[in-house]
Amino acid sequence: MTATIEPEVGKSRRRKEDERLITGRTRWTDNITLPGMLHLAVLRSPMAHAKIVSLDVSAAKDAPGVVAVFTAKDLDPDGSIGMPCAWPITPDMKSPRRPVLADGQVNFAGEGIVVVAARSAAEAHDALEAIEIEYEDLPVILDMEAALAEGAPLVHEDLGTNESAVWKFDSAEAGTGGNVEDAISSSEIVVKRRFRQQRLIPAFMEPRACVVDPTGAQLTMWSATQIPHILRVMTALTLGLPEHKVRVIAPDVGGGFGGKIGVLPEEMMSVLVAQKLGKPVKWNESRSESILTAHHGRDQIQDITISANADGTVTGLKVELLANMGAYIGLVGSGVPILGAFMFNAIYKFPAYHFACTNVFTTTTLTDAYRGAGRPEATFAVERIMDELADELGMDPLELREKNWIKHEEFPFTTVAGLTYDSGNYEAATAKAKELFDYDGLRREQQQRRDSGDPVQLGIGISTFTEMCGLAPSRVLGSLDYGAGGWEYAQMRVLPTGKIEVTTGASGHGQGHETAWSQIVADQLGVPFEDVEVLHGDTQSSHKGMDTYGSRSLVVGGIAIVKAAEKVVAKAKPIAAHMLECAEEDLEFSNGKFTVKGTDSSTTIQDVALAVFAAHDLPDGVEPSLDSDATFDPENFSYPHGTHLCAAEVDTETGRINLRSYVCVDDVGVAVNPLIVEGQVHGGLAQGIAQALFEEAVHDESGTLTTGTFADYLLPSAADLPSFTTARTETPSTTNPLGAKGVGEAGTIASTPAVVNAVIDAVRHFGVNDIEMPLTPMRVWHAVQHGTTAAGGVGSESGGGLGSIDASGGAQ
Amino acid sequence: MIPAPFEYVAPSSVDEAVQALAAAGEDAKVLAGGQSLLPVLRMRLAAPTTLVDLRKVAELRGVREDGGDLVIGAMTTHYDVQRDPLVAEHAALLKAATDTVADPQVRHRGTFGGAIAHADPAGDLAAPVLAMDASLVIAGPGGRRTVAAADFFQDFFTTALAPDELLVEVRLPKHTGWRAHYEKFTRVAQAWSMVAVAATVRTEGGVIEEARVALTNMGSTPVRAVAVEQALVGASANADVIRAAAAHAADGTSPAADGNSDVEYRQHLARVLTGRALTAAVGA
Amino acid sequence: MRITVTVDGTKYTDEVEPRTLLVHYLRERVGKVGTVVGCDTSNCGACTVHLDGHSVKSCSVLAVQADGSEVTTVEGLARDGQLHPVQQAFHDNHALQCGFCTPGMIMASIDLLADNPDPDEKAVREGLEGNLCRCTGYQNIVRAVRDAAQHMSPGAGPEAEQIKHVGVGGE
Repeated sequence: MTATIEPEVGKSRRRKEDERLITGRTRWTDNITLPGMLHLAVLRSPMAHAKIVSLDVSAAKDAPGVVAVFTAKDLDPDGSIGMPCAWPITPDMKSPRRPVLADGQVNFAGEGIVVVAARSAAEAHDALEAIEIEYEDLPVILDMEAALAEGAPLVHEDLGTNESAVWKFDSAEAGTGGNVEDAISSSEIVVKRRFRQQRLIPAFMEPRACVVDPTGAQLTMWSATQIPHILRVMTALTLGLPEHKVRVIAPDVGGGFGGKIGVLPEEMMSVLVAQKLGKPVKWNESRSESILTAHHGRDQIQDITISANADGTVTGLKVELLANMGAYIGLVGSGVPILGAFMFNAIYKFPAYHFACTNVFTTTTLTDAYRGAGRPEATFAVERIMDELADELGMDPLELREKNWIKHEEFPFTTVAGLTYDSGNYEAATAKAKELFDYDGLRREQQQRRDSGDPVQLGIGISTFTEMCGLAPSRVLGSLDYGAGGWEYAQMRVLPTGKIEVTTGASGHGQGHETAWSQIVADQLGVPFEDVEVLHGDTQSSHKGMDTYGSRSLVVGGIAIVKAAEKVVAKAKPIAAHMLECAEEDLEFSNGKFTVKGTDSSTTIQDVALAVFAAHDLPDGVEPSLDSDATFDPENFSYPHGTHLCAAEVDTETGRINLRSYVCVDDVGVAVNPLIVEGQVHGGLAQGIAQALFEEAVHDESGTLTTGTFADYLLPSAADLPSFTTARTETPSTTNPLGAKGVGEAGTIASTPAVVNAVIDAVRHFGVNDIEMPLTPMRVWHAVQHGTTAAGGVGSESGGGLGSIDASGGAQ
Repeated sequence: MIPAPFEYVAPSSVDEAVQALAAAGEDAKVLAGGQSLLPVLRMRLAAPTTLVDLRKVAELRGVREDGGDLVIGAMTTHYDVQRDPLVAEHAALLKAATDTVADPQVRHRGTFGGAIAHADPAGDLAAPVLAMDASLVIAGPGGRRTVAAADFFQDFFTTALAPDELLVEVRLPKHTGWRAHYEKFTRVAQAWSMVAVAATVRTEGGVIEEARVALTNMGSTPVRAVAVEQALVGASANADVIRAAAAHAADGTSPAADGNSDVEYRQHLARVLTGRALTAAVGA
Repeated sequence: MRITVTVDGTKYTDEVEPRTLLVHYLRERVGKVGTVVGCDTSNCGACTVHLDGHSVKSCSVLAVQADGSEVTTVEGLARDGQLHPVQQAFHDNHALQCGFCTPGMIMASIDLLADNPDPDEKAVREGLEGNLCRCTGYQNIVRAVRDAAQHMSPGAGPEAEQIKHVGVGGE
């Protein structure tokens, strides 16, 4: 007998994906060139809200290189095509038709009006300048509270309101807890705060792109999308095409972060134009087009009330949200705030909880999923209000959390929101984080700096977070009126030589699925890591799936891989028994070998594969195939958690923030690949920190997005971020066979409140108890100077950046 | 995005360039390093009919001494300015500011003269040029003329250059032995300056003999902080003097307000950063 | 206009419109689609290539400006199946996820190491300020660059790149 092979799961395998990415042999959608392919360019509205009074495209049609020009009337004469929304959160939710191209009226700046098809991209863009269009202003609606006021001007006149839907959860009504109003009125301490989740832009590095080839038996669409499978069915449904005549390919996709979960007007437009012209077409957006028109994220106003007894025991939590939908409801935009509804109570044992969210239309780019989707907002609010409560009580904020969190021996624990957390150990993660951070030492230094009036003050921010991920149990989605299930699919193809092709419905775009899935398969089938090829992102090769978002790929899609592999082994077993001339019950399978118990008689999975291929001598009634597939529907979410500690230095003279140290200890259950896990955490932290400090999509009063380029929408570079200290604790999930929990969103969810809490902690003694995100130096300085909260307001002009590049300026 | 079409010429001398500009008419533009112009063209915020590319004009590149002046050709890249020993010796302030311009790739392409002629109020090189009392040599159809830095910068993106003229070189009086610091404040590393302060001083025996201070992005053009300079000259180089002098940094300024900074904050930053720039310069 | 450009060691002569950006020339005429376009404003650095041995953003250079020059893209780094030490370090240190910024990040890193063969963490972070990554939080990129520095003795890596860099980039 050979020695036991070291398991692949748990190894920090270097990624299979890397080789082509580091050598430039990539397949981005924009790389695709087809014979006779035409290039599309879209004329977009500069107005936020206007009637289109006149539109003349005749000159554009005559422009050099132009093959055709289409308006809404040309592509959709009946005005019947609308982009799908998969999540009608209430039966009476209002969701206006989002057309392929604006028809008579534009409802946000950036909405497409005309598409030009030309022989080159340059000529297509040139022709846009020849289009004559006249607008008649309609009122610009930006502020959510004003939009809901009596008599407010309406984004969509025919809806009669700017309110899309109101969604509520109440623990008393649900039977999961008490009545929050009773709790608040009978508690000794009540703290109320209003927090603002600024509007963010997902800013995946690869702009969106779509190529459609209508010339084959199947219409083929390549798209830089997170959701090729959903896109296929939605394209069929939206345009009335037979589903089997549509093939969608997501080739290499350069990041998504939720921003590429969409069924885009531009994708449907590309299909319609390609069909009309009978030629392949490519739409490839510029960065400024992407920033303006790809869906945005966050944008909520959160009114939070927390109540507690004088000893710090929390008694109730009330959450009232306004969520800005923009001008239309995106694919899942309506449901994004609802994903947070179950997470405001977080790791704490609130006995009473109430959540209400009002979704509001404004004349802005629509909002939808952005990394964390609903859960960062929830975590931010609860972790911020816990710090405010601690201040009110005069307690150490960590002590307050400890007093109220679920103890490790209390798992599984059913929360006031009705979820059952399967496992976790908040004490262990926190203890490890404190040690790595030198919590007590930094608290001492903070006191010294306060005492000495140091111009650079130090603050400590805490975020003890959990999240629900692994979207999602289909029954739960059904109960929330979501339009689809949450299962995932995998297929195992055992090739004659014993190599394995795996298809997965989880369509990766940077996460490392090919590597992690190979590790799982290697362990399950006992084949070498190198012998596994993962196929994904093409509905021809991997026909079925629910795609990648919500930290679901491993804990749903990875489990489907396990289940499919189990079926392969089950199919191989009678064949192996036949080959070894023994009873099935006498066989054991490990490390890729079927062995007759108590003997050294064995055969490998590869031998079985070859025998199946030949099929000369199989047991009666056994099909000559080991190929297997599985669809896994999780019974519960997964609940990663962790303790994040941030030390922020605030230069009180300038308001500049320096992140001195950032320590996070995350519990993501069993890590299939610790290297990939660490990378996910790093990237998540960067995005969460960027929300706290740098990023904000700003509209001026005319509804123009003033942060329309990377010169104005500030993404941090390497020079703007610290090194992170990351570590893990591990309490395996009890609801899946790998014991894994999702990790894709954890860093983003946890880090934003840790940073803001740190900054507030540094300047609280100046009378500051909140500063609006992003915490710009100006806002921090004003807060320190004037003891104001939410200082600085929202500027209406971008600073510097391309605003500093002038059209008529010097030529050099 | 893709620029609108334009004609392109690449003359090989200043005279040819001037002729090419004249021939191309009012809507021509000079292309130096292109690091500001090309994004503008790509965004189609401008559509010049002709670009006159100076890349082949060898006489516009390089740094030389001419008596008491350091002469920097307009087409000298930021990268070359950063590494030039003459600049380090005689114009430490310019080196300090150039080190902070944009990012390495942009510094490889972008040129000193291009940045000066672009006259972005948030650009980092105009303030040192102003602080050092530079002269700017301009070529046009009528020959060459020299303009003092104080007269060169006229408004947002507007200089003394006529459309048919180009900047040939910048003459910086040598500031040999002066200490310098450029204090820049941005929200992220590669962003344009919200406010920056160019400070250079000559001290002898602990006394500030001469001082030059200019501010970036505190108005439509770079601004000399005259009151600060006056408060420094003849005083001891110590923290109290610097603090008192820096308090005048925003005197007479009228900076713009934008999403990153209102007027009050910008003026406050000017004072704080002036103090820091002077402290660093004096202590350097 | 007719231009002649040497790209990854091969000389190309082409007619181009003056407005053609170098990155579009590389992608659409020469077929070097490993170099990508990430923004309109030269902020993201995804299009970084080497032009006559120095890193530049090929979205902010006209193809006609590259006439007579040598361009090295990410596709010209590996020789005979041997990765450039910086490519290898990016793989070893998990310095990429989606990989879209990676070509530019690698080209910028090679240039950085040419100027400063043994940068500390701060120098790496500041040296890469012109390249945006949305996936990694930069930590493993910084690690990779410092790791590559340890593996790059003078003269290591592809010959063409090294000769140019030692000559031009070295102080």
